[in-house]
Amino acid sequence: MSFFRLVAAVAGKDLRVELRSREILYTMAFFAVTVVVVFSFAFVRDRKVIAEAVPGIVWGALAFAATLGLGRAFDREREGDTMRALLLSPAPRLAIFLGKAIAMVVVIGLVAVVIAPVSVVLYDLDVSTSGGSLALLLALGVIGMAVVGTVFSAMLLRVRSRDVLLPVILYPLLLPLFLAATRGTAALIAPEPVPGEAWFWIQFLVIYDALFIVTSLWTFEALVIE
Amino acid sequence: MKRAIVPVLAVVVAALLALAVRQVFFVAPIEATQLYWNQKIFYFHVPCAFMLFAAVYVCGVPAAIYLKTRDPRYDDVAAAAAELAVVFGAIVLGTGMIWGKAAWGVWWQWEMRLTTSLLLWLIMVGYVLVRRFGGAGAERLSAGLAVFAMVDVPLVYFSVKFWNFLHPPAKVVSTLDGSMKLAFRLSALSFIGLFILVLVTRVAQLRATRALRDARERGLDAGILEP
Repeated sequence: MSFFRLVAAVAGKDLRVELRSREILYTMAFFAVTVVVVFSFAFVRDRKVIAEAVPGIVWGALAFAATLGLGRAFDREREGDTMRALLLSPAPRLAIFLGKAIAMVVVIGLVAVVIAPVSVVLYDLDVSTSGGSLALLLALGVIGMAVVGTVFSAMLLRVRSRDVLLPVILYPLLLPLFLAATRGTAALIAPEPVPGEAWFWIQFLVIYDALFIVTSLWTFEALVIE
Repeated sequence: MKRAIVPVLAVVVAALLALAVRQVFFVAPIEATQLYWNQKIFYFHVPCAFMLFAAVYVCGVPAAIYLKTRDPRYDDVAAAAAELAVVFGAIVLGTGMIWGKAAWGVWWQWEMRLTTSLLLWLIMVGYVLVRRFGGAGAERLSAGLAVFAMVDVPLVYFSVKFWNFLHPPAKVVSTLDGSMKLAFRLSALSFIGLFILVLVTRVAQLRATRALRDARERGLDAGILEP
């Protein structure tokens, strides 16, 4: 099989497993929506949520949900001991990594698709002009989170207290991503959107994603052995 | 020869530190415009910040080599550098906050270099936590984290740079008066020496621990030692 067929096969396998149970998707989406609601209570003034808090709420919810999903996706591999089977197969490690990362991008992306409209409705956002840029920003943020998350959850498979260590490792590395994502979102949902600033952060996210995809490809093979 | 390096270096560093402290507190003038004695923090804060940033690379490069070669000697260097980054980072953040209280009236500002240092420090604390609580296989995991941290540093720097600014500009050193400049250089030099000294000592200690563990395992295998 060609490399890309292998990638598609791994991604397809993960997505098919998820589609049959919908366990991760439902729990992540529910959790993310709950976080959005819980946070919004903290930032209410005159019965309206303070607009400046909205980007932080949305990205915070997405980050928490992503951690939950990443942990669970790899727990599943561990329970079935399927990661070993996957690694024993003749497929190159890179294909396995890319396949799993793509599956994670899809799952986290679906959660983003759920919480974006929820936030628009709950926080009364006007996205008529900046909807496309917001979608791009969300997509880039989700890709970055999924890629870095996949590397470290795969590595944590065999490590003690992995549930605690995943956010410990992941969040500091993702901080530039969160900063860019929240600043970009803030620039787009402001009463007077600043597309120039948002565009700067979108470019920043493109660089972030590219750098971390390369780093992940370079380290994954060395990190996930046996 | 190799064994002599540590005590010699220790004496040199101690002498340098003493000189630096003398220069800082007794020779360099007191900054008279607004900070007075608080300005002295600068001589220790800035060198420690250099060391924090340097430690990320002293940790990351050997970690990358370790991932490729699996030679545990590189892993020891990375682990020692990460611990140093946590210590120097704590000093940077602590002194930075004291300075901030004196100069800006608040302990913490979401300003560029404070934020960058905090984020970097969090990554290195993550490294040490992984090492301590990760159990078997944690070396590889932490090495991966160190490599990612290296890539993250410039990104953290630029993201925060474009976010906002308030910190005194970095070129402040070149504008210092002669005796202040000397104090700063002495202090920077002594901290570099201290960094190398602690790094070398800690690496030696980690290696000794590893050798002891290996010897014990061999003894157990051979049936000489009781489990």
